Amino acid sequence: MAGRMDAPPTKVVRLVQLGQWDAAMRVESIWQCVSCQTCSARCPKLVDCAGVMDALRQLAFERGAASPAGRAVMVFQRAFLENIRRYGRLNEIDLIARFKGEVFLKSRSLAFLFRDAGLAGQLHKRRKLHLTGEKVRDRAVVERIFERAGAGGAA
Amino acid sequence: MNFGYYPGCALHGSSDDYEQSIRACLGALGIKLEEIDDWICCGATAAHSLNHKLAIALPARNLALAQRQGCAEMLAPCPMCSGQLLRAGQALASDAALRSEISSIVEAEVNDGPRVLNIIQVFERVGLKALSDAVTKPLKDLKPACYYGCLLVRPPAVVGFDDAEQPQSMEAVVAALGAKPVDWNYKTECCGAGMTMASPETVLELSGKILANAAAHGANCLVAACPMCHVNLDMKQAAIQEYSGARYDLPVYYLTDVVGMALGLSASELGADRHFVLAREA
Repeated sequence: MAGRMDAPPTKVVRLVQLGQWDAAMRVESIWQCVSCQTCSARCPKLVDCAGVMDALRQLAFERGAASPAGRAVMVFQRAFLENIRRYGRLNEIDLIARFKGEVFLKSRSLAFLFRDAGLAGQLHKRRKLHLTGEKVRDRAVVERIFERAGAGGAA
Repeated sequence: MNFGYYPGCALHGSSDDYEQSIRACLGALGIKLEEIDDWICCGATAAHSLNHKLAIALPARNLALAQRQGCAEMLAPCPMCSGQLLRAGQALASDAALRSEISSIVEAEVNDGPRVLNIIQVFERVGLKALSDAVTKPLKDLKPACYYGCLLVRPPAVVGFDDAEQPQSMEAVVAALGAKPVDWNYKTECCGAGMTMASPETVLELSGKILANAAAHGANCLVAACPMCHVNLDMKQAAIQEYSGARYDLPVYYLTDVVGMALGLSASELGADRHFVLAREA
């Protein structure tokens, strides 16, 4: 994965060690990172580099320092958590609609909005398209867990 | 043999062909699965990226529900789920203060949660000799590239399973079925994972390299054990071929598909007829 990055995990960790947080939050690699855990597994100094990437994404997003590519990743992950808060389990259609809707409002890209739309029919043919997602019975406890974890409205 | 069962969202969503395959295959082996009642999402990448506490609390609630159900061992076939469950279990076991905080957050006491197993470990529990004895249709013509992806073997300190760089456990299972797994280089490379929506090019590029390497080493199919990997390699294969200009047409099976086929189950019983890339008729 590091081959695709503007700064490999070693460089990101070095910036953090030097206290250069702003520079670390500006590298595009934190958004290219796919959490494959390879850097954490291979670090000879046992640094959890993938965990450092998580922390930097969180900081960059909170401070509004995320790049456009980074914002798309965060919008997706926030929509994912919001979905879980509401249903307790992932509702795929609802997630896709929210993610696409939110990115479309910012980008106004019809190409983005309808990208992969053709997959719906193909999924349906394979009985993989479930229009109504599952919900857990005790949704109230899920809501309370989110509140107590500090992810109530922010999720 | 009985196991608790945590399906996770993917297996109750568009990857329910994996659940169909698991139930058919394990059923044929006489294994009973007891689904965790009212389980909730593990939080996946979104929780560990955005809220560390939630990334522990969501899996912890499931461990507590499993414990309440008296479950000692629990199959979590999705490596994302099993990784999050294992990570939370370890964090709670090593920190009493965290355990009491999380117990009150999730409104359930988490003491000694169940042992979390991936699907390969279930076959190891059956025993490769017993599995081989149960084969009625040896898979002589199958030359699979066994694909582990990331989270079955990484990070090793969390999953403690097989070898993080050169795993062999899946090869051992398919060899017990009479198949001839190929040696190849990309078995633990990432497919692009949850970037399918947010960064599609990442998936096209990374999954493309995996298919190219499998084909270059003479594989006639891939075997995977992760619903996300399956989506990227199977559903996205047409888009990958368009993006890279190369043609693979490699069927991607779940591990339970190939075990099930060797036990005499049909593709439609296993749900393997619901994949995007289908095997050519022999």
